[in-house]
Amino acid sequence: MTSATLVSGFGLILVFTALVALLAKPFGLWLFAIYEGRQTPLHRVLGPVERGFYRLAGVNPDQEQNWRQYALHLMLFQVATVVFTYAILRLQGVLPMNPRGLPGISPDGAMNTAIAFVTNTNWQWYAGETVLSNLSQMVGLTLHNFLSAATGIAVAFALFRGFARAQTSNLGNFWADCTRITLYVLLPACVVYALYLVASGVPQTFASLVNATTLEGAHQAIVVGPVASQEAIKMLGTNGGGFFNANSAHPFENPTALVDFVQMLSIFALGAGLTYTFGKAVGNTRQGWAILWAMLLLFVAGASIVWWREAAGNPMLHHLGVMGANMEGKEVRFGAAASALFATVTTAASCGAVNAMHDSFTALGGMIPLFNMQLGEIVIGGVGSGIYGFLLFAVLAVFLAGLMVGRTPEYVGKKIEAREVKLAVLAIVILPLCILGLTAVAVVLPAGLAGPLAKGPHGFSEILYAFTSATANNGSAFAGLTAGTPFYNGLLGVAMWLGRFLVVIPVLAIAGSLAARKQTPAGPGSFPTTGGLWIGLLVATILIVGGLTFLPSLALGPVADHLTGAANLLY
Amino acid sequence: MSQPTSMFSAELVVPALGGSLRKLHPAQLVRNPVLFTTAVVALLLTVLLFVGQTGLSLGFQIQLIVWLWLTVLFGTFAESLAEGRGRAQAASLRATRSDLVARLPDGSKVSAATLQKGAVVMVAAGELIPADGEVIAGVASVNEAAITGESAPVIREAGGDRSAVTAGTRVLSDEITVRVTQEAGQGFLDRMIALVEGAQRQKTPNEIALTILLVGLTIIFLIAVATIPAFARYAGGQIPVAVLAALLITLIPTTIAALLSAIGIAGMDRLVQFNVLAKSGRAVEAAGDIDVLLLDKTGTITVGDRQASQFLPLNGTSPVTLARAALVASLADETPEGRSIVRLAQEAHGLEAPEVPAGAEVIPFTAQTRISGLDNAGHVVTKGAVDAILRSVPEAARGTAATELRRIAEDVARQGQTPLAVAENGVLLGIVALKDVIKAGVRDRFAELRKMGIRTVMITGDNPLTAAAIAAESGVDDFLAEATPEDKLALIRREQQGGRLVAMCGDGTNDAPALAQADVGVAMNTGTQAAREAGNMVDLDSDPTKLIEIVGLGKQLLMTRGALTTFSVANDVAKYFAIIPAMFLVLYPQLSVLNVMHLATPQSAILSAIMFNALIIPALVPLALKGVRYRPVGAGQLLARNLAIFGMGGLIAPFVGIKAIDLVVAALHLA
Repeated sequence: MTSATLVSGFGLILVFTALVALLAKPFGLWLFAIYEGRQTPLHRVLGPVERGFYRLAGVNPDQEQNWRQYALHLMLFQVATVVFTYAILRLQGVLPMNPRGLPGISPDGAMNTAIAFVTNTNWQWYAGETVLSNLSQMVGLTLHNFLSAATGIAVAFALFRGFARAQTSNLGNFWADCTRITLYVLLPACVVYALYLVASGVPQTFASLVNATTLEGAHQAIVVGPVASQEAIKMLGTNGGGFFNANSAHPFENPTALVDFVQMLSIFALGAGLTYTFGKAVGNTRQGWAILWAMLLLFVAGASIVWWREAAGNPMLHHLGVMGANMEGKEVRFGAAASALFATVTTAASCGAVNAMHDSFTALGGMIPLFNMQLGEIVIGGVGSGIYGFLLFAVLAVFLAGLMVGRTPEYVGKKIEAREVKLAVLAIVILPLCILGLTAVAVVLPAGLAGPLAKGPHGFSEILYAFTSATANNGSAFAGLTAGTPFYNGLLGVAMWLGRFLVVIPVLAIAGSLAARKQTPAGPGSFPTTGGLWIGLLVATILIVGGLTFLPSLALGPVADHLTGAANLLY
Repeated sequence: MSQPTSMFSAELVVPALGGSLRKLHPAQLVRNPVLFTTAVVALLLTVLLFVGQTGLSLGFQIQLIVWLWLTVLFGTFAESLAEGRGRAQAASLRATRSDLVARLPDGSKVSAATLQKGAVVMVAAGELIPADGEVIAGVASVNEAAITGESAPVIREAGGDRSAVTAGTRVLSDEITVRVTQEAGQGFLDRMIALVEGAQRQKTPNEIALTILLVGLTIIFLIAVATIPAFARYAGGQIPVAVLAALLITLIPTTIAALLSAIGIAGMDRLVQFNVLAKSGRAVEAAGDIDVLLLDKTGTITVGDRQASQFLPLNGTSPVTLARAALVASLADETPEGRSIVRLAQEAHGLEAPEVPAGAEVIPFTAQTRISGLDNAGHVVTKGAVDAILRSVPEAARGTAATELRRIAEDVARQGQTPLAVAENGVLLGIVALKDVIKAGVRDRFAELRKMGIRTVMITGDNPLTAAAIAAESGVDDFLAEATPEDKLALIRREQQGGRLVAMCGDGTNDAPALAQADVGVAMNTGTQAAREAGNMVDLDSDPTKLIEIVGLGKQLLMTRGALTTFSVANDVAKYFAIIPAMFLVLYPQLSVLNVMHLATPQSAILSAIMFNALIIPALVPLALKGVRYRPVGAGQLLARNLAIFGMGGLIAPFVGIKAIDLVVAALHLA
C-alpha cells in the first residue's frame, strides 16, 4: 500500500463528508416545508392523492394529536402492517405474482422478516432472490421501505414540535405526517433517483429471469426484477434491504463507481437534511448545524479508522508474504477505500446496505461499524431515528454538563427536568439491554453457538454484530452467522421490535412533555448549544455514555480478535 | 447566627463519624440508589467470603471488601458532615427557644408552648417575645440578635410595615401588645431550626432529575457488567465475582452520588451563613435560574434618602422666598428628605432654622393627601407631590403658575430628580428638587448581571421621567415607574409568561402577592408577617441588595453539582483501562496492551482502581461543601472553564491517581 493510496482514501472520506454537509440544507428545507405542512409545487399534482387517502381512511389531517394519541396510532399502524406482511410471506405460495413458484415462509422466518421491514431494520436472514416472490418483495416489503422511513421521520417531526412549541399538547397528526412525508418527499425523490439508476444500468423490469448464454456456451439464468425502484428507497429510506443477497456488492444493484458514491450520499441525504430541519423548526439553524458537525466529526473519525486498518491489511497474510490492503470480501471494482467508506456510512446511518462483507474486514476495521451501531446509529443515523436518537444524547449531555453554568439545564429553550431525563435514560438503556443481554444469551446456549461460522473472538463478534445490528435497526450482517434458525429469527425479531419501539415511545413522551413546557428565551446566561465547545461536549458524552458500555464486549470481540491475530493465533 | 467552625474541626467530624454509621440503615441508604447498590455489592462479597469459592487470595478479597464498605461510608460521612454544620447552628437556636414564657394581658403567665394562634400577649422591656406575632399596640426597640446575629436593636411598632416580631427575640425598651400569628411549634424559629438541621430536607427538582440519571447510568453499567460472565464463558474462562463487583462499583457514579446530598445541604448552609433563610431547597435552585431581578430603587440602587439639591422658584418669586417657605414647611418633617431641605435652605441662602412655633399645627404627611407642612395660626405653608399641591390650591390661584410649575417639575424629573412643589397660603411658589444619590458600584454590578444573562428592572414610585433618568445613570436594564403593588404583580406575571424566572424582594404587606408570585421572593426580616409568609426566603439582615448574592449562591450550588457529576462520569474512562485488561488477561493475554498505565499486576490494578474510586470521595468533600467558585461571566466562558477543570481533569486525574496508588500497592505488596 503506497502512501498515495492511503492519502487518496482519506481524501475520498473528506470529499464525501463535505458533500454531505452541502446536501443538508436543500434536503432540510424540503423536509421543513413538509414539517410545517406548507404547500409545495408537488402539492398541485399530488394534493388530490393526499386528500383521497384521508377521505379513504376517514382521517382529518388537521386534527392534532397529543403524544399518547400519536404513539397509539403509530403503534396500531405498525402492528397492523406486521400482521399484513406476515400473512403475505406465509401465504406467498398461493398468492399471485410468484413466477418461480416459491413456497410460503416458515412462521419464525416470516415473523422475523415482517418485523425487520416494519422497524426499518431490513435484516435479511434469507437471500431475497431465491426465497421471496415478486408480490412479497413489492407489496410485502417495498411498501415498508417507504412506510418505515416515513414513520421514523414522523417521530422526528413530533419531537421537533415538542422542542419548538410551547404550552400545548399538540404534536401534529401521525397520519398526515406519514402521508405527506411519503407522498411529497420519499416518492418523488425515489422516482428521480430510480430513473438515474436505470440510466446507469440498474435493471427495472417485471420479468424475473434472463436466460443468457455465456462465452463458454453454458446457459445461465440471471435473476432480474424491479431492482432500481427498490434500490432508490433502500438508500434514501436507510432501509438497506437489497433485492439481491449480495446487496450493493451485486453489480445490478451497484453498477458503477459513480452510482456507488451516489448511493452513499443518498443514505445520508435525508438524515443530514433533518438536522437542518431541526434547526429551522426551533428557530435557530445553528442548533442544527452543531448537531450535524458533531455527527460528521464522529463519522470522519470512524471512517478514517476503518480505512486505516483496512489499508494496513491482514497481519495473517503479511506473515505469508501477501502485502497490501485487506481485499477479502471487498468490492474489488471500486477498491478498499470505497468499501471502508461504504461500511462506515451504512452503519452510521441505519441503512445496512453493504457493498462489502463486514465479516471479512480486519478486526478493528470491522469494529467501527459495530461501534457505530452500538451508539444507536446516531451518526447521521436512520431517517428520523438518527436525529431523534441523537437528540436523546443531546438531552443527556445538556443535563450532565449544563448544571456547570449554574442554571437548570436547558436545550433549545426547553428546561430539561426529571421527566425528560427519565425517558431519555429509558430509551438509551434499551441498547445495552438488548445488545449485550441477548448476546449473552446466545453465546451460552447451544442454539446460539450453532450460529457463528468462525471460532474464537471473531465468532463472538459475529453474534454480537447480529444483535447490535438488529437492536439498532441497521440490518447489515457480519455474515458468517447462520441466522435463519428459529432461535436467531426469534431473538433477533425481539431485538428489532424492542430496539425500535422502546425508543420511539419514550421519544414521543419526551416530545409531549417538552411541548407542554414554556419556552425559555436564550440569553448570555443560557448554556450554549452551538459552537465548538458544545460539539466537543456532545461527542464526549456520546463516546463515554454510549460507548463505554460496550467496551468489555468490544474488548472480547474485535480487540481480542485483532490482538490475537497480530500474535498469529488462529482459532 | 453562630459563626461556622472550620470545616474539619473535631467537634464536627466526630459526631459525623457516628452519623455516617447510622446512615447505613437500609431505609436511609435506599434514598441514595447508587450508594445502596454499592452497599449491596459489598454485602454480597462479604457473604461470599465465607461461603464462596473464588480462586482469589483471601488478602486481596478482604482488601476489596474493606474498600467497598469504605466507599459507602465516605458517602454517608460526607452527608453527615454537611448536616453537622447545620446542626451546630440549630443547637444555638434551640437554646433561645426553650423556656419561653408568655404574659397574658390579665397578668397571668403561661408556657409559650400552650399559646394558640390569635392569642394576645404583653411583652415588656427585658422580656423575651414568646411567639411569632404582630404588634397590635405600642412601640418597642427589640434586640433580634438571636436570629439575625445583629446586635443593634430594631424598632417594632403597631401598624405599618415593621409590626412583625419573632419568638426568642428580646424587648429592650417599652412595652408592646402582640397578637400571636403562629401555632406553637410552627413559628419562624422552629422552621429555622428544622431548615438548618436539614430534618425536613426534600430533594429539589434538579436533584431528583440528577438522581434519575445516576440510577440510569447504574443500570446501564449493571447490564454491561452482568453480561460479562456469559461472554467470558464463551471465551472459555471465568471471571471471579469479586472482580466483576470491582468493575461495577468503579463504573457506577459513586463519586457524585456520595456527594450529592452534601452539596445540597452545604448550599443551604451557605445561604444561612449569609443570613438568608430559604424555606425550601427548591427556592435556592430557582435562584440560580433567575432571568429577571426586580430591584427596589430605594436602598438597592440609590442610597435610601434623597437630598434636596436646588430651589427652583416660579417667575416672580425670589429664591429666598421659596427657600424660606420650604424650610418652614419642613420644620416638623423628621424624614431625611425634610431635613435635607432645611439644610439646603441654611447653606444656600443663609437662613436660620427656628424651632417649630408654639401653637403651630403640623400637617402630617399621609398617603392620601401626599402633602405635609405647617399651619401657624392660619399661615399655611405646604410641600408635596406636584399634583397634590396643585389640587390643594384654589382653581383661581393657579393661572399660568400651574403651567409653569408643571414645566419646571418636568425638567427636574427629566434630570432624574424628584420635584416637590411648595405653596404658601394657597399661592404656588416653586419647586424643590430632590436628588437621588446612586450607590457606588451599582453600575458595575448591573454590567456583571448582564453578562450573567440577568436583566435588572428597577421598581420605583417615581414618575417615568425621573425613573428613566435614574435608570440611565445607574445602568439598570429597565424600570417600572409609579409602580403599584398590582403593577409589580402584573410585571412578574408577564415575565413568567415569557418563560423567565423572576426574583424580587419586598417588605410590606402589599408586597405579599408579588412575593408569592415571584419564583424567588425574598422578604425582609423587618417586614410584615404577611410578607415573611409570602416570600420563599427571608433576609435576616433586611438588605435588599442581597438579592444579587442570593442568585450567585444558587448558581454556585447548581455548578458544584454539575462539575462533580461531569468529573465523576469522566473518571470512568481511566477505570476501564485499569480493570478491563486486568480482568480479561486470563482469557486473552494479548489484551495486556490495553494496560496503558502499566499497572503492576491484574490484582493491583483492580485494587488501585477501587481505592481511587473510594478515596476520591473524601478528597472532594471540601469542594462539595465550599462549592465551586462562581464568577459573574457569560455561560460560554463558565462552561469552557469548568469543562477544562472538571471534564478534562476528570479524564486525566484518575490515570494519575490510579497509577500512583498502584505504585504504593505494589511497593507494599498489598496485591
